[in-house]
Amino acid sequence: MEYLIKNTVIYNSDKTVKADIYIKDGKIEKIGENLSYENATVVDGSKKIALPGLCDIHCHLRDPGYEYKEDIISGAKSAAAGGFTSIVAMPNTKPVADNKAVIDYINNKAKNACVNVYQAGAITKGLEGKELAEIGEMKKSGIVAVTDDGKPVSDGSMMKKALLYAGMFDLPVIAHEEDMSLVDGGSMNEGYMSTYLGLRGISKAAEEVMVSRDIIIAKSLSEKVHITHISTKGSVELIRQAKKDGVKVTCDTCPHYFSLDETACDGFNTNAKMNPPLRTNEDVEAIIEGLRDGTIDMIATDHAPHHEDEKNCEFDKALNGIIGFETAFALAYDYLVTKNGFSLNKIVELMSRNPSDFIKIEGGEIAEGKVADLILADVENKWTYEAEKSVSKSKNTPYNKFTFGARVTDVFVKGNYIVENCNVKG
Amino acid sequence: MLKNKDLLGIKELSSEEITEILDHAVIMKEIIQKNNKKAPHLQGKTVITLFYENSTRTRLSFELASKYLGANAANVAVGTSSVAKGESLIDTARTIDVMGTDILCIRHSSAGAPHLVARNVEASVINAGDGMNEHPTQALLDAFTMREKKGELGNLKVAIVGDILHSRVVRSNAYLLNKMGAEVTVAGPSTLMPPEIEKLGVKAYTDVEKAIKGADVVMGLRIQLERQKKGLFPSIDEYSDIFGVNEERLKLAKEDAILMHPGPVNRGVEISSSLYHPDKSVIDEQVTNGVAVRMAILYLLSKHHGERSL
Repeated sequence: MEYLIKNTVIYNSDKTVKADIYIKDGKIEKIGENLSYENATVVDGSKKIALPGLCDIHCHLRDPGYEYKEDIISGAKSAAAGGFTSIVAMPNTKPVADNKAVIDYINNKAKNACVNVYQAGAITKGLEGKELAEIGEMKKSGIVAVTDDGKPVSDGSMMKKALLYAGMFDLPVIAHEEDMSLVDGGSMNEGYMSTYLGLRGISKAAEEVMVSRDIIIAKSLSEKVHITHISTKGSVELIRQAKKDGVKVTCDTCPHYFSLDETACDGFNTNAKMNPPLRTNEDVEAIIEGLRDGTIDMIATDHAPHHEDEKNCEFDKALNGIIGFETAFALAYDYLVTKNGFSLNKIVELMSRNPSDFIKIEGGEIAEGKVADLILADVENKWTYEAEKSVSKSKNTPYNKFTFGARVTDVFVKGNYIVENCNVKG
Repeated sequence: MLKNKDLLGIKELSSEEITEILDHAVIMKEIIQKNNKKAPHLQGKTVITLFYENSTRTRLSFELASKYLGANAANVAVGTSSVAKGESLIDTARTIDVMGTDILCIRHSSAGAPHLVARNVEASVINAGDGMNEHPTQALLDAFTMREKKGELGNLKVAIVGDILHSRVVRSNAYLLNKMGAEVTVAGPSTLMPPEIEKLGVKAYTDVEKAIKGADVVMGLRIQLERQKKGLFPSIDEYSDIFGVNEERLKLAKEDAILMHPGPVNRGVEISSSLYHPDKSVIDEQVTNGVAVRMAILYLLSKHHGERSL
């Protein structure tokens, strides 16, 4: 199929141009003004903007093992609805994605997914933090990173070995930072709200102690480390300083850490329960500044689907996490562009360019000759998100009924028109 | 009439509602003191107690309060119920609800459990203690006792001493006394003090004597002996020595100050054994008042319930 997107404004991370985009054979064939092709289906882009497809380096597709929450196909559709053309699934599946066989199963199933699904392998067997997983074998099967996400690598010497071993294969290590002794059974941020609700708190130190540990380990080895879903002001400050010191550290945060704070837990709202927990307004502001000054390299969703029964229960028993694909761009637009003056180019950098480069894939740019992974978004009309209408299997979100100022409306993956006017095809 | 169908916490009550409950409890206390302890207020109503944690006084006082007012009262013994088979809280509560229950009194170790139940049943839910969050009926019976002994609550200085971190009694008392204009101080070891506690409208000290000084009411709190094993304080002896309420420390309070404790008491730990005596403390009266206050609450909530199709 050939498509011609007419009269749109293209936002790349480094420039903005008004042009038409001609897509042919899965590639961006031509960008220019007043283009015309006989066989191309014309898409009116005049009231929309065009961005490179978004890339999420951190999501949970729950497949294999927890398909009642999500599977690769449904998760990919939800990603598409949110404008993500490439996503990286975390390995905390059942069985754990810690060996070639599970990776091959996922990759085989992902062939039928509507977006590019990449897999991260486990750092340690069974996510147990004791023995390295077969990272080299998994690399041969195509993993793009390793992580024990959902759990910290508590043993410092194991983290050291992981950085060295994964570094040998040029695979990023994604670190979920949590000192379990400091978490101490907590279920939300420790502070006024935990006191007010009578819930056990999780100290910010639980995250920051491990962030500093891994910065120091990475520095001592001159290896890279990527810190995922940072949530505190202290983590931003530690990473900012480490970057100044030349440590090869990168990091991401999630939309909920720049749009919500701990007060969202009021009324024992389990859809505001996540790990790390929502912090305070002071942290939210620091996260936004970290995104602005480049301390935080990218935005990831941590899309974490759960069944209603796993959320409609006692707060301390409820599982952590929220779905995130379909609201991520809208949250970035409202909370970063509209409220904090970020440019759309910066959003492209945070949600497409940098994450694509991080996992070394081709996307991240709308340019001639590049793969046609791109999206159109409507930033003129308001839109109310309804969780019930989400194409994810799960509906656990704190953003139900939020009205946003932007919405992804059209998505092309490898030149295939998979989301048309907000309808996910197939 | 109370505004909400449920009593989930003091947070949700207005000062007018608090006064209404306390005023009704005055009449209810008269019923308890009669030779024939029977009144018709809850005739034909069903009150169920569902306790996921151990309790002597709270559970029994709900049951007796129901019975004194003529309700059908029953208790679900969690240990021998389907809870032991793994039935979820919501499913257990729904099951109880559809048997014609009007009022469900629930105690649970998870903060917010009664709120969850309340959203899923038609019956009125009374929070009989949820985790570290609230214990509203305790705060109401404490307020009733203070009012009976001291008159209006507005000018009182109340000192609460002990494990503040884990105490739902402190939180409910703080909310209630704040709403009624009293001054609240809390004291306990720093390892048992919740973060930013002063934002709840209390003054916090680690020096018990500073907190007690000039108080009208001194309230001791039970220290769970397991806390010592978790490393929150070094030994029971040291705790008692530094944070216990004894005769000497009590002298720092006003001459006519009353000593309270929600029970059960660790004699000789949080308060000296000699103080747990009707001449020295009002602990027994708190228990009696607990029945009266719960009678008042049950009666006021029962007005929310009429015919129901099941």
